[in-house]
Amino acid sequence: MPALADEIEGHFRREYGRCVASLIRFFGDIDLAEEAVQEAFTIAVGRWPDAGVPPNPGAWITTTARNRAIDQLRREAGRHDKHAQAALLYGCTAGQETGKETGKESGQMELDDRLRLIFTCCHPALNRAAQVALTLRLLGGLRTAEIARAFLLPETAIAQRIVRAKRKIKAAGIPFRIPGDAELPERLGAVLMVIYLVFNEGYDSSGEVMLREELCAEAIRLARLLAELMPDEPEVLGLLALLLLIHSRRAARVTPDQQLVLLPDQDRSLWDRDLIGQGQALVRACLRRNSPGPYQIQAAINAVHSDAATAAETDWRQILRLYDQLMACAPTAIVALNRGIALAEVEGPGPALAAITDLDLDGYHLYHAARADLLTRLGRPAAAAQAYSAALLGAANFAERKFLEQHRDAAAELAGRTG
Amino acid sequence: MKEYLLSVHHDDDVPISAEDMEQSIKDVGVFNTELRAQGAWVFAGGLHSASTATVVRIVNDSVVTTDGPYAETKEQLGGFWIIKAPDLDAALELAARGARACLLPVEVRPFQDDSES
Repeated sequence: MPALADEIEGHFRREYGRCVASLIRFFGDIDLAEEAVQEAFTIAVGRWPDAGVPPNPGAWITTTARNRAIDQLRREAGRHDKHAQAALLYGCTAGQETGKETGKESGQMELDDRLRLIFTCCHPALNRAAQVALTLRLLGGLRTAEIARAFLLPETAIAQRIVRAKRKIKAAGIPFRIPGDAELPERLGAVLMVIYLVFNEGYDSSGEVMLREELCAEAIRLARLLAELMPDEPEVLGLLALLLLIHSRRAARVTPDQQLVLLPDQDRSLWDRDLIGQGQALVRACLRRNSPGPYQIQAAINAVHSDAATAAETDWRQILRLYDQLMACAPTAIVALNRGIALAEVEGPGPALAAITDLDLDGYHLYHAARADLLTRLGRPAAAAQAYSAALLGAANFAERKFLEQHRDAAAELAGRTG
Repeated sequence: MKEYLLSVHHDDDVPISAEDMEQSIKDVGVFNTELRAQGAWVFAGGLHSASTATVVRIVNDSVVTTDGPYAETKEQLGGFWIIKAPDLDAALELAARGARACLLPVEVRPFQDDSES
């Protein structure tokens, strides 16, 4: 019964983060929590086809996994650590305890469990690659093989990364705790960065396929979760809005034969109106809070693009103002480059080229692509062809390569004719 | 409570100014007093330069003694603290204060617990 197998898989995938997070609070051990959920899954696969899917699958998974973990602890007579002892003691009354919790209290506790787990996964004592893998594994419920496929890495590499990170959390005593106010901005920044990186890996995929949609969808799922957990953090809402607005253009950005379509040339009827509506509503909510940050401003820039029915109707002055604001709070070379692209639409390609020429972005292929575009518009096809060639050296995937090659060849041909 | 080793590595060839040295000794003293006051102190010590080290190893069942540190790297262990802390966040917080006092990077490593060994 493949439909039911998929359904069971789906329930576990959805409930994984919530369930593992609450078991970690209970037992203080990631491996034990994960093994218990895995065992509950095995039981569900055996039982649900006959007994039917329980009315509240999430609660069933948590209770079953908790009981499996308690059995496991009882079997390991040699386990002396205090946390396990305590869990065992309280575990005997776990059934009644859950019954007593009011819906609201246990709901809040579950949200807090996941929030604590997110901050543990994105702890600064873990390297970025480990943070990403661990977040996808523990909160996204992705299997090691799925993460490996998404990042085009061997499964053993991802498995080692996750095992090492979990070992470090345990050995070094990385706490399961929501950071205090003083450290929150920095720690939250790491969480937002991890979600953004997951999205970007799906969006600017390094594979032969331009867009790995499941990775983008997972990043949005994580961003939605974080927005639910921290509804008062404007940058969290900003990140969610940014991802929704970028994702709304996915269908228009790549043709069926994997050709890249830039924003001005996209068929805007293919944009996802529902996601745009959600993203714009979030941007408006952020504006009302009046506490801008880099993600909110980038979301606002994307909201301006989403507002334009045609590329020609884009309010570039507004976008340029937003880039000036972004430069004030996140003055990176990449932001300066994107500001330059907006400047070209307001003041023309000449001032834009002057603005980006000295940027220290020689290793960034999109920098050369942007220069190439400005040079083309300035009627300097030979220099443009050269810049496209430089961009090709760093092209991330097939669609980008093809796009850059076509433009380089066109520029070179034009240079040959005019030169 | 877990125990952590906070080790300080430095390059003997990179000189430190007399004022910095004096200030650092003073600051480390203050930090040590704070560690004791908050019950985090287990042990601490500064080491003579790595050139004073001697390595002893057993080769074919006999003792071989060599002059100099075990690893011939530029950065050598210069001193360390052993502290007690409830978790890594608390240990990192103390390490940051130690790094500020001794003007050098501090590596934080957990000791194995009895229950893990």
